[in-house]
Formats: sequence, structure tokens, C-alpha cells
Amino acid sequence: MSSIWKNIVSNLGFARLIIIGFLFVLVLGAAYFAIPLGPLLSAALVRTGMNGIFVLAMLPTINSGIGPNFGLPLGILCGLVGALLSIELDMRGLPALLFAIAVSIPMATIVGLGYGWLLNKVKGSEMMVSTYVGFSFVSLMNIGWIIMPFASPEMRWPIGRGLRVTIALEERFASVLDHLWDFSVAGVVIPTGLLLAFLLMCSLMWLFMRSKTGIAMLAVGDSKNFAQASGLDVDRNRLLGTTMSTVLGAIGIVVFSQSFAFIQLYEAPMTMGFPAAAAILIGGATVKRANIINVILGAFLFQSLLVVSLPVANKIITVGGVAEIARIIVSNGIILYALTQVGRGD
Amino acid sequence: MAQDNYVLEMQGIGKLYAGNRVLRDVNLQLKAGEIHAVLGENGAGKSTFMNILFGMSVIHSTGGFEGKININGQEVSITSPYDAMNLGIGMVHQEFMLIPGFTITENIKVNREITRPNIASRLFGPKLESLDMDAMNSDARKALDTVGLNIEEWTKIAGMPVGLMQFVEIAREIDKANMKIIVFDEPTAVLAESEADTLLQAMQAIARSGIAILFITHRLDEVMAIADNITVLRDGALVKTLPKTETNTFELAELMVGRKVEKIVQASDVQVKTDIALSVRGLKVLMPGEVVQKVDLDVFAGEIIGIGGLGGQGKLGIANGIMGMHPAAGQVSVFGTRLQLNDTKAAYNAGLAFVSEDRRGVGLLLDSSIEANIAFTAMQMRNRFLYRLGPFTHMAYGQIRRHALEKIKELDIRCTGPMQLTRRLSGGNQQKVCIARALALNPKILFVSEPTRGIDVGAKKIVLEELVRLNRELGMTIVMTSSELAELRSICHRIAIICNGNVEGILAPDDSDVNFGLMMAGTYHKLRGKEVV
Repeated sequence: MSSIWKNIVSNLGFARLIIIGFLFVLVLGAAYFAIPLGPLLSAALVRTGMNGIFVLAMLPTINSGIGPNFGLPLGILCGLVGALLSIELDMRGLPALLFAIAVSIPMATIVGLGYGWLLNKVKGSEMMVSTYVGFSFVSLMNIGWIIMPFASPEMRWPIGRGLRVTIALEERFASVLDHLWDFSVAGVVIPTGLLLAFLLMCSLMWLFMRSKTGIAMLAVGDSKNFAQASGLDVDRNRLLGTTMSTVLGAIGIVVFSQSFAFIQLYEAPMTMGFPAAAAILIGGATVKRANIINVILGAFLFQSLLVVSLPVANKIITVGGVAEIARIIVSNGIILYALTQVGRGD
Repeated sequence: MAQDNYVLEMQGIGKLYAGNRVLRDVNLQLKAGEIHAVLGENGAGKSTFMNILFGMSVIHSTGGFEGKININGQEVSITSPYDAMNLGIGMVHQEFMLIPGFTITENIKVNREITRPNIASRLFGPKLESLDMDAMNSDARKALDTVGLNIEEWTKIAGMPVGLMQFVEIAREIDKANMKIIVFDEPTAVLAESEADTLLQAMQAIARSGIAILFITHRLDEVMAIADNITVLRDGALVKTLPKTETNTFELAELMVGRKVEKIVQASDVQVKTDIALSVRGLKVLMPGEVVQKVDLDVFAGEIIGIGGLGGQGKLGIANGIMGMHPAAGQVSVFGTRLQLNDTKAAYNAGLAFVSEDRRGVGLLLDSSIEANIAFTAMQMRNRFLYRLGPFTHMAYGQIRRHALEKIKELDIRCTGPMQLTRRLSGGNQQKVCIARALALNPKILFVSEPTRGIDVGAKKIVLEELVRLNRELGMTIVMTSSELAELRSICHRIAIICNGNVEGILAPDDSDVNFGLMMAGTYHKLRGKEVV
């Protein structure tokens, strides 16, 4: 018995067990307060799919030795520009979504290369630098959103200049993936298209990590000296990792927005890197190494916690507004807990 | 009693590190005003011996030592450097312990400042007393004059030449009032020749003032120049203590190096071809701590050439430089083709492979499996172990596994299986993985650095046998760099000795101990130049 327990602990890691235990307690709480579990699980699945690509974006930077990409807003901003362009061109449905992704990829590639170049100059303090590069870029784009020459009345303020803070996608590509081939089992709605899109990206990444280049990237992240002694160009591999992560950030925000049904501009992208980084760490990654299982498990655990904790907190604390505060405490608490695991390497 | 004349007496000193004996029954006696040289190769036990005298924590945290230490005939217990200082033992370190932003005076007097009371100190205690700079400057001046340093005492340390810093360090030691014994740990290692001469004079001046000096070194000419008595250590044991007047450089060289050459494995008897496999001209490598100044060397196809020499002389820099691990300049040709330096990929493409001396830092991905480690470099450089589909590649697990199993058997890698992480392997088995990784490249020339450092005897034998087998059966040219002279002499066809970043000379493995010793100490040409040519 004790050996089975040890086996579980060593496979999952102690931190994972704590999170899973916490989630279990919350689910028990939900059952106690007679909150229907079906819709909760549906919501958790949607949120896993919509945030999953952000979590996946952490993988190439972690594995190339840069650490979690706190500069994810760079990619997100590129994706947002792509989404805005699809509206400007009056596109709708799945083509609009695909167009937004297709347009944002080259932009994110260029931005990612520049960002990667910068990170190669600041080896050793990437986490701090990337966080503030992300913040700065968000602020820069705040000006951008005002002066960009978008003309669609759907996006502009009715009076004055610039784009709105939130832009509804209801008439555009909201939920096109969520509702693609979706079906319901025992009260749980499965967002098939969304999950397939997420799993497709994961499979592509899985294949990449097993290619010659992917293995080289792992080695660079693991030991710079070893990689150099094996004739690899360390900086090039880091550049590739950063660029891939930025591109995934761009794809991620388009997919996120279609589930969310709104595009959020201005300050919204500022902190989107943190939950993603926290999720992959909760999934069992360290700041030096991550795999696809960490991404999927982490995305699901992190989002499930958020989804379940809100109604439970609502039941426990019925005073208006306090539940929202409780949710923020839980969400940031998880991020904080994940960050304390940084460097533990368990 | 005659004993009473000795300022320091160490009797029966021995030390075990985790079951390994590094020192055995060493005795040493030191009189006031004597310069006593402690001579030995790297790893002979010199540093451990001095650490014991200085009460370093590395000794006491690993179970203490055997034997006893007497100072002025009184048995003392030295359990910390602080004790040693109170007993009047000072040390001049190899690495300088000076504060760059302070002046010479401040460095000499730090924590021993001369102070005057003032109002604040009368109210709040002696910590607030004023510094008496005049008195401190004049003390510093006196100490600087003793070591023969004509530099103003108010100069800041930052920006000073390395040579001068050494003198400041010495001045600080002799300024301590009760100083009886000063240990110089290879003080001339970082100095230019003229600075070294000044230092030796300073040491003699210090000795004349009645302070005893322990002089740790491997430079024979310096020993002969200033030492009164000489103790030679080898493999942790005392070889001999003898007065300078009764010996000469040749005898010392032999005592320092001499050991029965154990034939760990039978040397390869392949007829060495005369084709030049690797030609090195004017190689300069900036490897920290192992700088190569200017190396000219020809390696013949099909030979095992050894590169030996003492630590820090640059022997490790040669392989690292050629493989592009550290900035290098010069001309290197591989089978007649000029090699692009500072480009590791080019070196692999030219048919070279490298087993690094830094097994854990450079040689292995510690958190990857044995099979991944073995396959990695060949995959990246030779596209082995890959399935290909247009521009896409995918690692070929089956091939990697089969190859790893083969190598595990061939090299007798003791492990739980090819999936085991290399971090969990013993040093010897890690080394075998490194060698297997290099061999997967099918190299024409194999560089192996310190292949047996820190591994047990059994693994050592397997590693050396494998090198000989590769050489004999596959005709592989091997360049083996090692600090273990005995090991080089047992398997190499020729041995190049590196001193001061240059090739001091090339010897046959069965050459005399004296010649090896002289070359390693860098005095071969000074003494033998005329005879040999």
C-alpha cells in the first residue's frame, strides 16, 4: 500500500497531489451545495481549450532554457491585430478565425525574432526582462489602438478616436470552434472542435519535440555547455523557442477570443502570461523542463480550480462582490503557489 | 631538548576523505627563519597538508585528521583559520583576498585598524573610535619596504597589476604582530619572471627577520634558489626531507615524479604510420586557468599521443581550443585540410570527436537517459538515428535503443537499463557514456581529456583498455590529455609535456623519471638543453 502511494507521489509529484486534493475538496463542496456538476465540467472543458494554447506557448521557451514566457503579451497583441483585421475585412465564421490566425503568424514571427534577440542579450534574467517587455509592449499598443486606422464602426468608439475596450464577436467568429461538432453527454457539453484544435497543436508540438531540432532545443535548455560541445548554436535555438512561443501566443488569443466571444484590448493582455505560466508549473513542469502532459494536465487543473471555486465561494460567502474577490484570491493564490515551485525541480 | 628549537612541528599527519587516504604519516619540522619548500605534483597532498595546518573547515567537516601539531614545542589544536591566525600562522593565497576599492593601507589593516578615542567613542563605546591613518600608513610602509614594494601605501588595489597584489597580500601577513609562520601557496604561479625574482628576494628578507616560511610549489628552480630544506610529497606520503645543500634539481625531479610505471593495460603495439593526422601550429587558446600560449604539435595517424603536464599549465586548453570550446587562434590541419577554428561543428565535420574533462558540466545531459546521451551528438552532427520525411525529422527510438544496448554491453556500463538517467550513474559509468557518445560519431581522431579523473580502479582499467582497443582494432588516432603521468606512460606511444602553455618536449613513455620531472617543472631545457641537443 505504502509503495503504491509512493509510486503515485513520485509520478505526479507532491505539488500536483496538493492541487488535485484541493480540487477534490472544491468538487465535494459543490456537491454539498447542490451545484450541478455537469455545467461546471462543461465550463472547465471550454476554459481548458481556450487557455490551453497559452499554456502550450510556455513549452518552447521553458525547453530552450529561457523559462516560462512571461512576455506572452507580445504574441497576444499580434493575434489581436489579426483578429481586428478579420473584422475590418468584414469576415465571419470559421474563415474569419482562420484568417486572423494566418495573418497574425507572420507578425508574431517577426516580433518573436526581435524579442528572442533581446532575450539572448540578457541571459540569466529572462523572467524579469520578459515580464517587463510584455508590460511595455502592452502600453505601447495602448497608443496603437488609438491611432490605428481601423474604420469598422463595430470596433470604433461612436465618438472620438480609437478602438473600443471590448469588441463583441457575436456576429463574427464567437464560439465557432466551441460549437463545431459539439455534443452533450450526461449533461456535459463537449466542445469538440475547440478540444480538437488544442490537441492538434499539442500533437504538432509533440512531434516537433521529437525532431532533430526539437531534441537540440531540449539539450540547449538542459545544458548550454553540453549543447555547445555538441556543435549546436545555443542562441539560434533560443531564438527559435522564443519565436515559437510568440506565434503560439498569437494563435492562442484568437482561439481564446472565439470562446470568450469578445476581443479585449488595452490593459487586458497585460497579465495573460501569468496564469499560463502557473498552469504549466502546476502541471508538473519545472522552469527548466516541460512536456505535453504537463501542458494538458496543468491547463485542466488550473482552469477547473477557477471554474469550481467561484460558485462554491458564492455559496459560502453570499455578500455581493465578496465572491469575486475570493475568486481573485484563489486564482492569484494558485499562481503564487505555482511560482514557489519554480526551481524546486521536483 | 632539540625539539624546542622548532617553531612548528607536525607529526604523523594523515587524512582520509570518505575512505580514500590522501595523506599518510607526514612529518615536518620548521625552525624560525627557515625557508622550507614542500614539493609535489598536483594531487600529491600539498593542499590537504596546508589545509590541516590552517584549520580549514573542509578538514574538520570530514572527520578531522591524524597526528599532532606543535607550535614552539606546545601541542596545539587548530580547528579554524581563526585559531591558526592567533597562533601566528599566516597564509598567502593563490587567489588574492583583497578589497579592490580600498587602498593598500586599508587592505593591510582591515579589521586590525589602529584607532584613537574621540567623543563619540567615549559615549557609545570603542566601535566608534577614529582611525589613526598616520600610524596605519607608517605600519603599512614598513611592511611594504620589507617585501621590497616601492609603491605609495595610499594607492587603491583596483587596477593594480596582479604581481603587485601578491606583494600587498604578503605585506598584510607580515604586518600582523605575532606572525611566526607564513605559508606561501604557489605564490609565483601568476607572476611574471621578474616579479617572481622580486618575490623570492622578499621571501628571503622575511625569513631573515625571523619568520619561518613554508613554500608550496612545483617549480624546482625556485626551490633550489631560496629553500633551506625541502620536503617532497608524492601520492600523499612523505618521500624524503633533505637539506638543499645535499641535493640537486635532477634528484628532486625524480623524487617528485618517480613511481613504478604500473602497466595498467598493455600498450598498443600497432606500427605507427608516419602520416600526419593532426598538425597544430602556433595554437593559442584562451581557456580560463588553462591558457595555451603557443603550441606546435604533430600527431601521427594511428598513434595514441599523451598530453601531460601540471595543472594550470595549459594541457587541457589544447583539445578544448581545437574543438571550439574556448576562443582559439593558430593553424590546425586535419589530414592536410585546414580546420576552421572556433567552430565546433566544423571540428566534428572534420572527423574529430571530444570527450571533455568536465564530465558533468559539459560531457553529459544529466537529466536525460543513457541512450539519449549516447545518440545525441551523432544525431545532430551526422543525422544518425533519425527518420526523415522531406524537411521533417523524427528520432528513431528503435535504432537509438539498439545502439545503446550494444554500447552498454561493449563498454560494460553498469546501469539499470538504457533509460536510466546519467545523473544516477557512478563517475566511471558516466565516463563510459561520454566515450560511447563520441564513438557514435565514428571519429578519425578522438580527443579524450582526463578520462580517468575521479573514477575507481576497475572502471579506469576498462576505459583505458577501450582506448587501446579502439586504437589497435580500428586504427583510431587518440589524443589523450591526463594529469596522471603513470596512465599516459602505460598506454601512449609518445607523451608531450606542456608547461606554461607551450610544448616543453616530447618523451617516449619509457623515458626516465628525471626527464619527466624536469619537463613538468619547466626546467628541462635550462638544465639539459646543451646535453640533449
